[in-house]
Amino acid sequence: MTFTATNARPAPRRSFIAQNPSVLWFLLALAVFTLGVTLLSEATGTGFLSTSFVKTLGKTLCLCLVAIAMDVVWGYCGILSLGHMAFFGIGGYAIGMWLMYARTEIIVTRSLMAAPIPPTEQEIVDSIGTQIFGVVGSSEFPLIWSFADSLFLQLLMVIAVPGLLALVFGWLAFRSRVTGVYLSILTQAMTLALSLYLFQNDSGLRGNNGLSGLQNIPGLEEMGQATLSIVFFWASALALGMGYVMFAWVVSGKMGSVIRGIRDNEARVRFLGYPVERFKLFVFTLTAVVAAIAGALYYPQAGIINPAEIAPIASIYLAVWVAIGGRGRLYGAAIGAAFVSLLSSWFTGGGAPDINLGFYRIQWTDWWLILLGLSFVAVTLFAPKGIGGLFDLLSHRHAPDRVGDYGPDKGALRAEEGSEPEEAK
Amino acid sequence: MSTLLELSGVSVSFDGFKAINNLSFQIGEPEMRAIIGPNGAGKTTFMDIITGKTRPDEGRVLWGEKGVSLLSMSESQIAQAGIGRKFQKPTVFEAQTVRENLAMALKNKRGPFDVLFYRKSAEGAARIDAIAEEIGLTSDLARPAGELSHGQKQWLEIGMLLAQDPRLLLVDEPAAGMTPSEREHTTDLLKRAAQTRAVVVVEHDMEFVRRLDCKVTVLHEGSVLAEGRLDHVTQNKDVIDVYLGR
Ligand SMILES: Nc1ncnc2c1ncn2[C@@H]1O[C@H](COP(=O)(O)OP(=O)(O)OP(=O)(O)O)[C@@H](O)[C@H]1O
Ligand SMILES: [Mg+2]
Repeated sequence: MTFTATNARPAPRRSFIAQNPSVLWFLLALAVFTLGVTLLSEATGTGFLSTSFVKTLGKTLCLCLVAIAMDVVWGYCGILSLGHMAFFGIGGYAIGMWLMYARTEIIVTRSLMAAPIPPTEQEIVDSIGTQIFGVVGSSEFPLIWSFADSLFLQLLMVIAVPGLLALVFGWLAFRSRVTGVYLSILTQAMTLALSLYLFQNDSGLRGNNGLSGLQNIPGLEEMGQATLSIVFFWASALALGMGYVMFAWVVSGKMGSVIRGIRDNEARVRFLGYPVERFKLFVFTLTAVVAAIAGALYYPQAGIINPAEIAPIASIYLAVWVAIGGRGRLYGAAIGAAFVSLLSSWFTGGGAPDINLGFYRIQWTDWWLILLGLSFVAVTLFAPKGIGGLFDLLSHRHAPDRVGDYGPDKGALRAEEGSEPEEAK
Repeated sequence: MSTLLELSGVSVSFDGFKAINNLSFQIGEPEMRAIIGPNGAGKTTFMDIITGKTRPDEGRVLWGEKGVSLLSMSESQIAQAGIGRKFQKPTVFEAQTVRENLAMALKNKRGPFDVLFYRKSAEGAARIDAIAEEIGLTSDLARPAGELSHGQKQWLEIGMLLAQDPRLLLVDEPAAGMTPSEREHTTDLLKRAAQTRAVVVVEHDMEFVRRLDCKVTVLHEGSVLAEGRLDHVTQNKDVIDVYLGR
């Protein structure tokens, strides 16, 4: 048998890493950073970094993780979700319920055991209920706390609750082809509804008190916060590394091709036979679950979660981080989240010195948001590639050098297929 | 030759304006059909209806041996059933390379998980290379499609159509922006495709249509004005009045 096409090449099969060198660089940077922090921490190193700062860094890694999830759903798939911090918060609540229950159980059991008559099981549960829900004038366990005594089930909830919510919400929204700004508004509405619900005392999640004492891990009391902070820092770094590799894999190859196609022209993708709605639902749900995992790692380091954390503005910040870091590249989102959130805590924590203009004193605690807003506008207008765009200077990624004309020419005079009525020529 | 697609009594109006008016149409497999008609005759709208982009107000659109109705199917289901389309204004994914564009169109399972776990195969790559050869973009496979000229984008979209391996090809003004020799190549390509498939070509260029050497349907104000060989319809008085006379 003779082949006419003698130059038929085999499939270009290069390894995943070879095709995505940025994954290696990111993992390397993360590893170096993790090692550095470990060597400088109080528990495992020189003590140059305070425990609370290690916690801040660990939390920052969680924010990087939710930011790359946001980048996948927005930067790659074109769905500007303004609700991903709600999923992040749900993850925090889900793990917080177990943390609070189990710790209260230990305390209650210890104190009741000291009593002359050993307590019954029911008495212990009632007493835990009083401890947890006393602040909202209740002692009954609401239905949603049914699994709170089981770490395993509650970890399952970290994934299942936001996953199901995203699935149902996404199915309803994408199926009716809600896109663009309408979808963003819808996700904001979902977020607002959720936070308003949680603010109520009878929501079963302690209203605006939220869940607290989450930094105390039941069973690990011996360990001490300094060591715990490093444990959580490592866990966060591991989650970020794994999340990064997973998302890099998802957005490379054919899946990446299809979802970027959806971002740029979803109708065209449909006419190629791809069920666009199902792809969007997949991306939306997957990123929601990752956001929730990030939240479940974040809040034990923060120590407290309350409904304000789920407020719509949080999700808007998330979008701002990703935009400043650079959409459509995972490391850009991570850099944006780390950079802006650390800078934000520096400014609002009183780290930045006030500027005295003589007639007016600029206090950064008040002015930081305005600075952030202006930077956001500036990035959007003048540097749409964000901070991540700086890396293009290194790798010489450049805009297409176009040859030939754009068209359209005679015979293809429509701006959009079948749109805008045009008088007969 | 058996009937592959059948439209009957299809009408659609936009804000009271009847773009398609009681249109009936049939095409067999294999068959080549050219559709001509003045601007605004409804040629593109006709393709919009078949591909599910526009829902008709009335009428039936039946597909395949079993005569399933396309009206209850989504755009992606229709495409998966074997209807491929090349748009009037070339629409390719400009931010992606020519190879990625072709790979996306390549006939494969279309579900999210099929795509996620899709592994590049040697056959797939060979097919892409063969198509690239056919459309003259072999040396451009690694370039972003946005860099291509208008004519090259036309070619790329034709390539994507071939990669889909559809039973019915709807080709809206393929020759726009092409040089005479490229037009010739396009007719050859379409004629070859029509040996095993149904091909519907909308084109304004009469030379192009003549070279296709097939049955011609003349559309005017949303319905069929005449049908037959090109020489036959060009002698039809109505056709001369509305179309050729202008
Ligand atoms: N979505 C729409 N809304 C309103 N009017 C439309 C729409 N789509 C098409 N039309 C109108 O329907 C008529 C038929 O349009 P169509 O695009 O099908 O014509 P055509 O035969 O493809 O013309 P051309 O040769 O210019 O491509 C035109 O008058 C057009 O303005
Ligand atoms: Mg048209």
